[in-house]
Amino acid sequence: MTDTATRQLALGQAGGRKAARRHWSEHGWVRFTAPAVLGAAALGLWEAAVHLLDIQPYLLPAPSAILDQLVTAIGGIAQATLATGTNALIGLLLGAVVAVVTAALASRLRWIDQLVAPLVAAIAVVPIVALAPVLQTMYGATSEMPRILVVAIASFVPVFITTLRGLRQVRPVHLDLMRAYGASGWQATRIVTLPGAVPYVFGGLTIASSIAVISAVVAEYFGGLQNGLGSRIASAAAQSGYPRAWAYVVASIVLGLVFYGVTLLAERLASRWAHIPIT
Amino acid sequence: MSAVEVAGVTKVFETRTDTVRALDEVSLTVADGEFVALIGPSGCGKSTLMRLIADLDEPSEGEVRVFGMPARTARLERAYGIAFQQAGLLPWRTVRANVELPLELHGASAAARRARADELVELVGLGDFADHHPDQLSGGMQQRVAIARSLAEHPRLLLMDEPFGALDEMTRERLQGELLRIRTETGAAVVFVTHSIPEAVFLADRVVVMSPRPGRITEIVDIDRPDATADAESMRESDAFFRSVTAVREALHGGGAAAESAATHGASTRGVETR
Repeated sequence: MTDTATRQLALGQAGGRKAARRHWSEHGWVRFTAPAVLGAAALGLWEAAVHLLDIQPYLLPAPSAILDQLVTAIGGIAQATLATGTNALIGLLLGAVVAVVTAALASRLRWIDQLVAPLVAAIAVVPIVALAPVLQTMYGATSEMPRILVVAIASFVPVFITTLRGLRQVRPVHLDLMRAYGASGWQATRIVTLPGAVPYVFGGLTIASSIAVISAVVAEYFGGLQNGLGSRIASAAAQSGYPRAWAYVVASIVLGLVFYGVTLLAERLASRWAHIPIT
Repeated sequence: MSAVEVAGVTKVFETRTDTVRALDEVSLTVADGEFVALIGPSGCGKSTLMRLIADLDEPSEGEVRVFGMPARTARLERAYGIAFQQAGLLPWRTVRANVELPLELHGASAAARRARADELVELVGLGDFADHHPDQLSGGMQQRVAIARSLAEHPRLLLMDEPFGALDEMTRERLQGELLRIRTETGAAVVFVTHSIPEAVFLADRVVVMSPRPGRITEIVDIDRPDATADAESMRESDAFFRSVTAVREALHGGGAAAESAATHGASTRGVETR
């Protein structure tokens, strides 16, 4: 093959990718407009229903009342979101790092796999949030640690399970190559197995990102520091500040979406940068 | 010293219900610098034989020596380079980083790795693609990268398991020509597994014909090679080439009682291309 011919071939393939992206963006406005219209219609219907049917705020406040609270209390909401978000982020990263390291060990050493497997099964079925009061007592009411630990344990499970699955999907030809080169087990793990498992790690992270926010919010219902979204929702509801409680709920939804969106974006970037296909 | 010595090697695969004699008392010597093709129908043990030489599997009986060393020692001494039917490139590494892989595993310095990789990428005609990733390359180009990688540590023995098996005929013929050129430049011995008769005849000094159930060598055909300066086209169209193709084909179809009995089961030439 001549150089120009090979170059054209490669360029042809790159051109195909570019065309695919253009095709996607042409339909982009439908993808974003359609859900927005649907959401606006639902909100309008909700607002109308509250006024026409005279629904009491303790049952369901109107979107306008919630928006009003969002605007007036935005400073407090932002602080609470930041507090919960920080806990969720630290917990998620901690859980994910421990999960990936444990999965790497379990895929390499059979005894660790056998040691960890029942433990993970137990963690997966126990409602982790139920641990919150116990940890609260252990660490005292002024520590962020209980909530971070709850998030870390909850995030650990999906990341560990998917990563371990990814680590076991090595192509035989890569194993043959590593053996032919006399690579050590750890070299093979570092060079072939771990990078190959990256899409699976992100699959687990996508699940764990939502779980992290949910468990960070819910853990706050069980006492401890009162600076996060969960405790604000609880106290607003207790004081009959229903629209305010809903405003905090909206903030936790936004926080959850941000976590989920950022994880998806990181997955896209990683796959484009590292040329690893998204599973 | 011979590059490969296989002496009385038997390989038995045991499954839960069955035992399969993939190789039965096979002996073969490959001289230093010699190009030997292993050909035969599916299940004749040609790939198994190559894997034993590479120490990717161990023989049930018999001995494999590579440059006088036991196969395991030879593998750990990096006595051979290897390429498979699948290029087996790491998709997250560039072409250059893929070629550097064996050097990296064995602790070569970054500068030495880069210099050698650039040289090899140039050798296989992919100089413009060193920074591309495998998913940006065609199948033929990926296979060239795999060949470059197999040459990284100046091996005096190349083991190749149907490296062109998944390529279209035109790409395949071009890469065969390039392999011969590279082999002339490096002077390495080659053990080349294939199921294509013209490919075996075009490339090899000797074609080892094998038959299945149990895997045995039925005949070894010496190829009458024109002088090395002849171009590929005239070589493929020469009378000597066609005579050798016919000789290998007859060895595959007729040779030996084992192949005869297999033929009566209607399976002797399955997987062998005679085009």
